[in-house]
Amino acid sequence: MDILAWLTDPSNWDGVGSIPHQVLIHLIYSIVVLAVATVIAVPLGVFVGHTGRGESLIMGSVNAMRALPTLGLLILLVLLIAPTISNSLAFVVPSLVVLVLLAVPPILSGVASGIRAIDRSVIDAARGMGFSTAQIIWRIELPCALPLTLSGVRGATLQVVSTATVAAYVSLDGLGRFIIDGRAGNDYAQMAGGAIVLALLAILLEAAFAGLGRVAISRGLTRRMPAHPAPKATAPRPRATA
Amino acid sequence: MRFDWIANNLDYLVELTGMHLWLTLLPTVIGLLVSIPLGYLAFTLRRFYPLIVGGTSLFYTIPSLALFILLPKILGTKVLDPLNVVVALVFYTVALLVRVVADGLASVPPEVVDAARGVGFTRMQILFKIQLPIAVPTILSGLRVVVVSNISIVTMAAVIGITQLGTLFTMGFTRRLFVPILAGLVICLLLALALDRLLVLLGKVMTPWSRKGAL
Repeated sequence: MDILAWLTDPSNWDGVGSIPHQVLIHLIYSIVVLAVATVIAVPLGVFVGHTGRGESLIMGSVNAMRALPTLGLLILLVLLIAPTISNSLAFVVPSLVVLVLLAVPPILSGVASGIRAIDRSVIDAARGMGFSTAQIIWRIELPCALPLTLSGVRGATLQVVSTATVAAYVSLDGLGRFIIDGRAGNDYAQMAGGAIVLALLAILLEAAFAGLGRVAISRGLTRRMPAHPAPKATAPRPRATA
Repeated sequence: MRFDWIANNLDYLVELTGMHLWLTLLPTVIGLLVSIPLGYLAFTLRRFYPLIVGGTSLFYTIPSLALFILLPKILGTKVLDPLNVVVALVFYTVALLVRVVADGLASVPPEVVDAARGVGFTRMQILFKIQLPIAVPTILSGLRVVVVSNISIVTMAAVIGITQLGTLFTMGFTRRLFVPILAGLVICLLLALALDRLLVLLGKVMTPWSRKGAL
């Protein structure tokens, strides 16, 4: 099978342009994008979730963003920026910008809806105990919103890692390189090999997030610790039909 | 900017839009038809809910471009066959909708189902006359997400050369033309908006009881 031959060819595993090199570049792009997106989305999400303001506007634009084709936006930005900047930044900046645009909405709506879903009485209780607004946000709202926040980040990660392939279309590196070069050279083995590595990377990251959720989310919020411990079976329960 | 490009290429734009619509709608409809029985199974066999819903949503993990490229090997199609895009989008649609269908069916009040059983409805009658109609709003809201995101996923296929609205982007890039790219973006957004409105309208027609004053 030629795809297997491509994947196992030692020359594809060493040096510049090799599989590990492109995976690394792909991951670096993704991590930078997710970091920038988180810095933008979390405070905005806290604002929307905490105050309830701008909810319909934000959620509406989250939906509209889904329809916006990343490929088209990226090419448009590159054509706009390329004449003014001559180095490779002309391709890097637009790629990062469109990927951040892709990643912000899921994180934002995760944080906002996570905070909105908290039982009001929990927040009122904290305020009654003398928590300041900052304490409520840091110690109640953010930890309680963590499950939905994490699933937002997970969705964003998946989107970004899948879509970062478009960077290769505007001549940058990353796993899209194999797909674009394979297509240009009519080399199906290279295209498919790159696609398999990309899919594996996405699945691995998904699994990593599932593991992270187990570690990071307070046990009180998951079903792994029952809210009301089951009564010990010391005395036989009265039967309903007794 | 040469906006007369649009007037000169109107036929081409219509052709691409038609192709794009076809590549979006066909897999959405097939995906819905596959999701209803799967969602019903996940709903009735509660023990298998995690397996069915979790298993199908795994499809979503695979990047679209990777799927477009790997499907030819599995299906025996050519790389440029639009069928690859259709099959890939069926997978994504199922990945999103099975959960929606199962949760929609679960949202039907049990006493309504009991009442239907009491007046002698069969299992199939309960499903098609009671449960599915009541689950319509939930399923439609899932379908709206699917349709809108499918429209933008289809454009990715232009990278490997499958003709649809995304072709305007790649063509604009190679010929350094802004107008086709802008036209492609605008048509995609308009298509998404139109299909979304259409689904909302469809929902209103299918759930006449939800209209104010209907009762």
